[in-house]
Amino acid sequence: MSALVEFALRMGDNTLVLGHRVSEWCGHAPVLEEDIALANTALDLIGQTQMWLGLAGDLEGKGRTADDLAYKRDVWDFRNLLLVERPNGDFGQTLMRQFLFDAWHHPMLTWLSENSKHERVADIARKAEREAAYHLERSTDLIIRLGDGTDESHRRMQDALAYHWTYTGEMFEADAVDRELADAGVAPDPAAMKPGWDALVGDVLAEATLEVPDNHFVHKGGRKGQHTEHLGHILAAMQFLPRAYPDARW
Amino acid sequence: MSSEWPLWEVFIRGQHGLNHRHVGSLHAPDAEMAIRHARDVYTRRNEGVSIWVVPSNQITASVPSEKGPMFDPSKSKIYRHPTFYDIPDEVGHM
Repeated sequence: MSALVEFALRMGDNTLVLGHRVSEWCGHAPVLEEDIALANTALDLIGQTQMWLGLAGDLEGKGRTADDLAYKRDVWDFRNLLLVERPNGDFGQTLMRQFLFDAWHHPMLTWLSENSKHERVADIARKAEREAAYHLERSTDLIIRLGDGTDESHRRMQDALAYHWTYTGEMFEADAVDRELADAGVAPDPAAMKPGWDALVGDVLAEATLEVPDNHFVHKGGRKGQHTEHLGHILAAMQFLPRAYPDARW
Repeated sequence: MSSEWPLWEVFIRGQHGLNHRHVGSLHAPDAEMAIRHARDVYTRRNEGVSIWVVPSNQITASVPSEKGPMFDPSKSKIYRHPTFYDIPDEVGHM
C-alpha cells in the first residue's frame, strides 16, 4: 500500500472513529445546547471522513468508495489513533479527548493546507481546517471553564486528563510512512508537531488550573492496526446495518 | 442559586443589510457561551452573518391584557397610513 493511501486512511479513520464516538452523545448530552453542539462536531468529522476516505479509495485504485472503506474493513485495517477510540466516559472525558485531539488536528490541517505538495491533500485540509478551528476554540473554552470551575468539575477534568494522557504520545510517533511523506513534502514530520502541541496544551491546562500529568508512557499501535478492545465494539454498532443488509438504500 | 442556566433570546442577521431577526431562545451560563450555543443551534444551515444575544429577563414586554387600550385606538385612524398622496409620475415606483 502506498504511503499516501496509508496517510489518507490514518486521517480519515481518526475523523470517522472520533465522529462516531461523539455521535454517541446524541440525545444524551447534559443540556440540549451541548447536545446539538456535539452533533455538529460529529457531523463535521464524518464529513471530513468522506473526503479523506474518498481520497484513499481513489488512490488505492481498487474501486472502493469512502463507504466501502468505512463499513467493510475490520479492526486491523483501521489506522486511527488509539486516543479517538477511547470510551466517551463522562462529559469531561469526552471534552478532554476532543481538546487533546483538536490541539493536534487543527495545526496538522493548517500545515497540510499551507505546505502539502499534494494538491488534493491540501484541498481537503483547507476545507477541514475551518471546522477544526472552531472545534479547537470550543473545546479550549470548555476545558478552561470546567477545569477552573467548581470543585467537582475541576476534579473530573483532572481525572479525564490522567485518563487520556498516555494516549497522546502516539500523535507524534513516526514510522516509514511518515518519513516518506515528510521527505516528499506531503505531510509534516509528526514529531515536529509536538513542540506546538506541548505549548498550546500547556497554556490551556495552566489557565484551566489543571496539572500536566507526569507520565511519559505512550500507548501506541492504532496507526498500524493494533487497537484497543473498544474499536471492535464501535465497528459492531457502526457497521451492522450495511453488513447485515448490503444493498440497503434510503 | 438556580441550577438552571439563564435564558437568552437570539437574534440573527441573515444577510448584509438586513436587520437582525428574533429566531428563538436558548440556555447558557453567560453571554459568550450564549453566542457559541446560538452558532451551533441556529446557524447550522448557513442562516447568519451576525448574532445578537440578550438575556430574556432584560426584555420588557407589553402586557397582553392591556392589548385593547394599547392597540385598538390606532385601528380607526387609516389616515395615518400615507396612502392619500398623489405621487407624481416622475417619481416612479416607490
